[in-house]
Amino acid sequence: MTTETHMASAELGDTIIKIDGLNKWYGQFHVLKDIDLDVKRGERIVICGPSGSGKSTLIRCINRLETHQEGSIVVDGIELTEDTKHINDIRREVGMVFQHFNLFPHLTVLENCTLAPIWVRKTPKREAEEMAMRYLERVKIPEQANKYPGQLSGGQQQRVAIARSLCMNPRVMLFDEPTSALDPEMIAEVLDVMVGLAEDGMTMLCVTHEMGFARKVANRVIFMDGGQIVEQNEPEEFFNNPQNDRTQLFLSQILQH
Amino acid sequence: MAGELKTFVPAPDRAPPNNALGPIVWIRQNLFGSLSSSAATLIFLYLFVSYVPPFIEWALINANWTGLDRSVCEANKAGACWTFINVRMEQILFGLYFASNPDEIWRPTLIFVLFFALLLPLLFEKTPGKKWLTIALLGVFPLVFYFVVYGGYFGIPQSNTTQWGGFLLTFALAFVGILLALPIGILLALGRRSEMPVIRSICVVYIEFWRGTPLITILFMASVMLPLFFPAGVEFDKVVRAMIGITMFQSAYTAEAVRGGLSAIPKGQYEAAMALGLGYWKRTIFIILPQALKISIPSIVNTFIALFKDTSLVSIIGLLDLLNMAQTAARSVEWKGYDIEGYLFAGFIYWAFCYGMSRYSQNLERKLDTNRRN
Repeated sequence: MTTETHMASAELGDTIIKIDGLNKWYGQFHVLKDIDLDVKRGERIVICGPSGSGKSTLIRCINRLETHQEGSIVVDGIELTEDTKHINDIRREVGMVFQHFNLFPHLTVLENCTLAPIWVRKTPKREAEEMAMRYLERVKIPEQANKYPGQLSGGQQQRVAIARSLCMNPRVMLFDEPTSALDPEMIAEVLDVMVGLAEDGMTMLCVTHEMGFARKVANRVIFMDGGQIVEQNEPEEFFNNPQNDRTQLFLSQILQH
Repeated sequence: MAGELKTFVPAPDRAPPNNALGPIVWIRQNLFGSLSSSAATLIFLYLFVSYVPPFIEWALINANWTGLDRSVCEANKAGACWTFINVRMEQILFGLYFASNPDEIWRPTLIFVLFFALLLPLLFEKTPGKKWLTIALLGVFPLVFYFVVYGGYFGIPQSNTTQWGGFLLTFALAFVGILLALPIGILLALGRRSEMPVIRSICVVYIEFWRGTPLITILFMASVMLPLFFPAGVEFDKVVRAMIGITMFQSAYTAEAVRGGLSAIPKGQYEAAMALGLGYWKRTIFIILPQALKISIPSIVNTFIALFKDTSLVSIIGLLDLLNMAQTAARSVEWKGYDIEGYLFAGFIYWAFCYGMSRYSQNLERKLDTNRRN
């Protein structure tokens, strides 16, 4: 009965992200506490939790937009250290989509998509443009290629941001509340693109409160509070049979209305 | 209960209410809307009528344009004596060296013709090959200037820089100052925001030192103190010294203007660039600087305009720029007493260039604004 709505789980591969004993502080504030997390290739994880629970900070540690003080993060066999070369090697393989899109306003949609492939991956310009057009078609806005981000709606901008990340052919995609800044009518178009990505087997970590999306595509839902992983489970179990009273309270609050 | 579903039909757009006003209504509303507004209108009208027509009469209608000496102007004192400017034009524009060597006058003339030939096409949006024109103007033109105006090569006699002057000197100082201060200022601004403490400190000290010192002091020190730092016998050209002083001073101001733009770039832009794997320089060159410079265009051009006018301070080290040359000419025995015409002419040239820069910057801002929805 549930298998109809839940996407058929493909076989998961080996571990692509391995986080061990991760601790992070902002000054005196202990924001991440002893996080252990293994992500397998092809796995789709949804992270939820109240604001301030450390969920965004956690995924921002994975491409080192935030530095951690204790523990280790290994992405695709490369450990994240101070070494800037390693950091850039990892960032190349890990795409990120932000809450506020963060498109480059002085570049056209097409240039937003081709800049990194050309200058980081050294892809020839023509090839990069062809690839960008393919991904823009995939997010259903090829006709906007020569416009500037400021001329697009929020939903369109977020889809461009996803295409921009995909142009680097990442092995992992991180989504940091991708629909929180969108008008209600635009959320669906962005979630559709994300569902499509999941169907193609992309490894995804999504910080989101879109529980419908979580039920539909996630292999695993993680609930965080106070910088800790409180509970993690398959979506059906997570929503129908939460094991922790904090999880129950959170779910009752967000599913109440 | 489930009645037929209604279909939503958007209401047709209507034209806005007609507020078009006749000129008389406009005048009554805007110029005589209240008692104080009417009074202000009348006062300004009175001032305009009593000062502007007499000035135009003096400066244009009754003015003396021809002749070779002051006798023409002596005969007609009701109008301005542009004869003076006419006769002394070469001195005021090109300085004493070129004004006193008629055979060499082609050199500064060629330079200005070349300058405008390169500049004017750049002002039009549709000119092809703008990239090459810009390279020619910023890269090749200064070299041509050096070889043609300074000379000493290809059989062109070397000119004596102590006799450079007039608008040519103003132009050379401002051009070099602007050309060098922009890249140095950008590096200083980036350095000031660097995460490396040594680089940051050096940039902060540099900027605060030069910004806290009056240009007049810097020029004075450049002429008196700079030679002390070099072994005896190393003779430093006075114009070069002024150029170094002006560039140091100007780069500090440009750095602060650029820093204003840099701090206006949202953190998300850096993060998005980093997340794509772009390193520091690629991030800076492709993402951060284009946006930061666009924001700081008004303040950068503001410092350039200030510099253009401040070049007249070189009189403190005995160089006669446009303003000082006009003053000198007006104090010569032949033309004593025609200071007003000299100052007006110099003022007009300063104004024309500064206004040009200002308009160009507004134009650039509009062109680079990618946020307009159209």
